[in-house]
Amino acid sequence: MSDGQRNTRILSIVTGVAMLVAMGMLFFYLPQMKGESGQLLDNSFNIFYFHLPIALVAYLAFTVVFLSSAQFLRSGEHRWDVLSASSAQIGVIFAFLVLITGSIWANATWGWYWIWEPRLTTSLALFLVYLAYLLMRQAVDEPEARARLSAVFGIVGFLSVPLSFLSIRLWRSAHPLMFGDATYGGAGGGLEGTSLQLTLVMNFIAFVLLYATLLMYRVHNEQIQEKINTKKRSME
Amino acid sequence: MISGLHIAAKDLREEMRTKQMLNSMIVFSLLVIVIFSIAFEDIISSSNMVSMIAPGALWITFIFAGSLGLSRSFAAELENGCLEGLKLCPVERSEIYIGKVIAGIVLMFFVELVTVPIFSVLFNYPIDGLFSLMVIIVLGTIGFVVVGTLLSALTVNTRTREVLLPVLLLPLVIPVIIPSVLATARVLTGGGIVDVLQEIRLLVVYDVVFFIVAYLVFEHILQD
Amino acid sequence: MDDIILASNVSRSFGNVQALKGLDLAVRRGEFLVILGPNGAGKTTLIKILSTLSRPSGGSVMIDGMDATTDAVQIRQMIGVLSHDSYLYNDLTAEENLRFFGKMYGLADDVLERRIDELLEKVELFHRAGDRVGTLSRGMKQRLSIARALIHNPSILLLDEPYTGLDQHAAQTFEKVLLELDPSKTTRVMISHNIERSLRSCDRVVIMVRGKVVYDSPRSDIGSVEELKETYIALVDGERDA
Repeated sequence: MSDGQRNTRILSIVTGVAMLVAMGMLFFYLPQMKGESGQLLDNSFNIFYFHLPIALVAYLAFTVVFLSSAQFLRSGEHRWDVLSASSAQIGVIFAFLVLITGSIWANATWGWYWIWEPRLTTSLALFLVYLAYLLMRQAVDEPEARARLSAVFGIVGFLSVPLSFLSIRLWRSAHPLMFGDATYGGAGGGLEGTSLQLTLVMNFIAFVLLYATLLMYRVHNEQIQEKINTKKRSME
Repeated sequence: MISGLHIAAKDLREEMRTKQMLNSMIVFSLLVIVIFSIAFEDIISSSNMVSMIAPGALWITFIFAGSLGLSRSFAAELENGCLEGLKLCPVERSEIYIGKVIAGIVLMFFVELVTVPIFSVLFNYPIDGLFSLMVIIVLGTIGFVVVGTLLSALTVNTRTREVLLPVLLLPLVIPVIIPSVLATARVLTGGGIVDVLQEIRLLVVYDVVFFIVAYLVFEHILQD
Repeated sequence: MDDIILASNVSRSFGNVQALKGLDLAVRRGEFLVILGPNGAGKTTLIKILSTLSRPSGGSVMIDGMDATTDAVQIRQMIGVLSHDSYLYNDLTAEENLRFFGKMYGLADDVLERRIDELLEKVELFHRAGDRVGTLSRGMKQRLSIARALIHNPSILLLDEPYTGLDQHAAQTFEKVLLELDPSKTTRVMISHNIERSLRSCDRVVIMVRGKVVYDSPRSDIGSVEELKETYIALVDGERDA
């Protein structure tokens, strides 16, 4: 077993443990949420402990796509392309999970699956941009051209995200806000107890580890694919 | 820059000779407007409702027609291998980009010039604040073409470029569409240029940022 | 010796396919070199790299002392390319096409106008100057593309199978124009399938097989067309079996 493989194995075990701990904290460590009048609130808020880390990991994944795309254009080294492609695939899944968890939460809280709230809408834009990124990769056959063109798109797409956020915020403020401040910020305002913060941090660590593990496997897969192609070539 | 202007002049000269793209873009945008006005007939007939959909309809029209034009921007150069001939010229790749952006913007202005009056008639909608509207349309169009031209070059050698271009383009121009529609709505309901400063600022930022980035990365697109 | 083109150990791969495998080639100033080789030998890839359209994956290419990857713009100024594509805009007239490319090569207006007239005369298209390229016959387009390739007086002319699809008249005009070029000013590198025609005009023959130069000889050392043909077939078959 090579060093790389051993590291991957260790990382995946650590990730598994971290996920279990994070899960356990969510179910057993967190105190029951009480409303202002003392009644027991339902647990729908707990999805927030997934939702926020997943969203941050999605942003992290796309930042990696952006940086490695720029590195690829600068250096032309193949490994940067492998990294962007892998990170984008994982990022798209996480961005999709952000939308799902966001919708579930929105439905539990307000009775709508979708609210045109700036952050959620930006996540939608983000998801669409990188879905387009993956489609574009599929459309180019020649590996070198694919790497070059998708790196350009990876850069331009990433830059559109903050602008999307600004424009969406402008758009929302142009319409009466249905829920006032009671969107994310308001509901998250109750995160004061240590146990809540700890749970959130643990979940965050668990999801970053999950991202790292998936990324390592993905990159490893690409390398194996590469080896196969080289073997095929030498047999011709 | 000079070579970019030569390329733009060449593109426009070709276009003015055949008017192929211009005609299809104009006819297409007319069709979109007609379909909108049929689909929303009830809404259009009530004057306080029309201002809620008119700005969106107008920009959707521009964007559809614009995507048509953009998809030809580089594809037209494939005939007789002209793109290769262009790449052989002793100019920076970014000059080619600038030329295509200028030609694209001019072409879209023509389309918009024809579309807006017809839109006004079919939507029973008086156009006030013409100057402010022009500013918004110019800024929005620049942003759209700046990104669209980059993606047109990006997709020109893919098998499915006609489909791929809009798929790649639309998510990236969300920050153009939203402020443009917002500002258009405000201007059409009697707002002045001061009422849309925020939107204009956002559009200017978008135009500048994406022009600079596209200018810098463009050379990587046209490599072989 | 003054080498205007110096390619050393050039390789180029497309994904898993290696088009060029450590190719070395030096071309002297003023030389007329013909490159022969079967399909897939990497001839077109080589021309693309020499014309700075493609970057080599490995090795270096120097054109007139300049590096093809870093000084691409200056190099393009001195290169003319004629390929099987005409690089002409169908909706512009013959004259407008030449004017556009002339401007792209930075020619001053008065010089350009004179050059256009001179070239149109040379390729016998003066009477069609104002006609749209789309209305010209295929042979005429080919002749016009010769004018296009020469508009900026290139010191290197790269020819990628220029005879393909040329009618008799176009081929003759083309050969005439090619031979009239002043060798002290223009270096010519031509890819061709047509051994007879190439031998008539060139100074040196190179044969490429599978991304490498396998044969390199001055014209004066080659006896007859038949002799070269035999060598060619032997080399191509030999490499195929290897």
